[in-house]
Amino acid sequence: MTARRGQWVQIHSILLKAGERAPSAPSDTANVPLELRVRGFLQDEVASIGQVVRIRTAAGRTLEGTLEIIEPRHVHDFGDYIPELSQAGDELTAWLAGGDENEYEL
Amino acid sequence: MSMSYESVMSRKTEIMRASIGIEYDKYELEGIGFDYEGLMSDTVYHMEEITAIQRETGVGNTPLVELKNITRLVREISEPGKGARIFLKDEAANPSGSFKDRRASISVARAKELGYRGVIAATSGNYGAAVASQAMKRGLKCIVIQECYDSTGTGQPEILEKARACEAYGAEVAQLTVGPELFYYFLILLEETGYFNASLYTPFAIAGIESLGFEIAQQSRRVIGKDPDFVLATHAGGGNLTGTARGLIKAGADKTGVIGVSVDLSGLHMASDRDFNRKSFTTGHTGFGIPFAVFPDRSDVPRNAARPLRYMDRYLLVKQGEVFYVTEMLARLEGLQRGPAGNTSLTAAIALAKELPKDSTIVVQETEYTGAGKAPSAQLTFARKNGVKVIRGDPLTDDVPGKVIAIPENPSQIMYTELGLDRLRESYIRELIKRQILPSERDLDYLAQELRLTTDETARLIKEVSR
Repeated sequence: MTARRGQWVQIHSILLKAGERAPSAPSDTANVPLELRVRGFLQDEVASIGQVVRIRTAAGRTLEGTLEIIEPRHVHDFGDYIPELSQAGDELTAWLAGGDENEYEL
Repeated sequence: MSMSYESVMSRKTEIMRASIGIEYDKYELEGIGFDYEGLMSDTVYHMEEITAIQRETGVGNTPLVELKNITRLVREISEPGKGARIFLKDEAANPSGSFKDRRASISVARAKELGYRGVIAATSGNYGAAVASQAMKRGLKCIVIQECYDSTGTGQPEILEKARACEAYGAEVAQLTVGPELFYYFLILLEETGYFNASLYTPFAIAGIESLGFEIAQQSRRVIGKDPDFVLATHAGGGNLTGTARGLIKAGADKTGVIGVSVDLSGLHMASDRDFNRKSFTTGHTGFGIPFAVFPDRSDVPRNAARPLRYMDRYLLVKQGEVFYVTEMLARLEGLQRGPAGNTSLTAAIALAKELPKDSTIVVQETEYTGAGKAPSAQLTFARKNGVKVIRGDPLTDDVPGKVIAIPENPSQIMYTELGLDRLRESYIRELIKRQILPSERDLDYLAQELRLTTDETARLIKEVSR
């Protein structure tokens, strides 16, 4: 996949390598690098994923990093159906609908 | 200029000075203390000015809603005569969906007044969206730095949602992997851009919340006919509780008890790459709540204006599963989809209301917007993907942070556990000693104010802890 100049992309870079991390980092964190991801508009004419590129961010900074995603989409969602939660909700609704007669025991 | 961790951190003082416009040195006292009230009164605006600034961008003046169905349910499971009235300050009605707009509004207005071209905030929470929203309204550039991913590149859904919100307002979002170096990159960006440090912990950010406490007092008098008996604030970095309490005091509601509430995440290390995605709450939890209460000056400014132990009457903890249950309850019984993080204090309110007489009142002082990534279903799905079990069960016995989330089987299982303030006070002294900040005779007045003790009690405590 290639991106063209002006396309919205995400770049990735390493800020601190494992071993360069803050002294207060716990060992599992100290053993991996500190990584940065930023999105912005591609400044190179054409680039492929994995290439080092420059972007211009929303705040107007120019940044260099490895092209990771072209036109990244927001992937977070509402998740799966959670039976335990749904059941709890239905119990509460039944209590409310039961009103004073309290037909549903909580 | 070197960008190594040590080198950037050594430039901290000068970077900070250029980025806030406050001469913190002026307020340093001899010894370990500083003149907190002096700092607050010199740098912040009066309540009328705060309100005026906030009205310019549509911040504040949010509804106080009585949760009548939840109160009815609480009374049904309480002993006769018990079951306090619960009210909710619907802060989700602020422009970016949380009380954080109050903090951001004053910081950003100050940045504009001082002539900065942009603002930067280091936050994975709602504050980022709030700063972004306020910055755009005032025509400033904005960069938000988040701690977002673990080393596999997996992002916490709630933090991803906040990144989306920041970008929607036109901010740049810089996303880091887990670690204590958020502050390191924050300093690099402040130095590079010359932008204003829109820290959560400046006097401006705290003054912005004072209007929340002030409004609660005014609305309670109008709606209930008296000051609330208790105001419950979700506690993380301490600003929410500090600002709310100061606002209540400014409104003359000095009999109202201020209670901090956090989600109990004990056992999970906040800076751990492994633990990062095993927690379902990104803020309002003990991982921030305890460290910031016992050593506030760990923040991203020379002196933290959020000093929760000065204002906290009690500190209550609740479990993750309880907060999800209560989030569901708020939707099902009150028709309000909010949170979940903002519902932490509502959870404790339900548990507390069971013990209080019917004529007493509790105000839960915030809600936050919900949506993709934030909704309980999103968080519980993510928890399961990360190996956390989700069950129906008694949270008190079954909930284990990072391992099991127990959704209560019935509302009677909603309970709080109390963390005694004396334990926090001891830790406060211990934290100072750990950092070679050794308290002496001349510091007693300052420490007594910090810990809300008499100077004698403070001296005794120092002696005990040093032993």
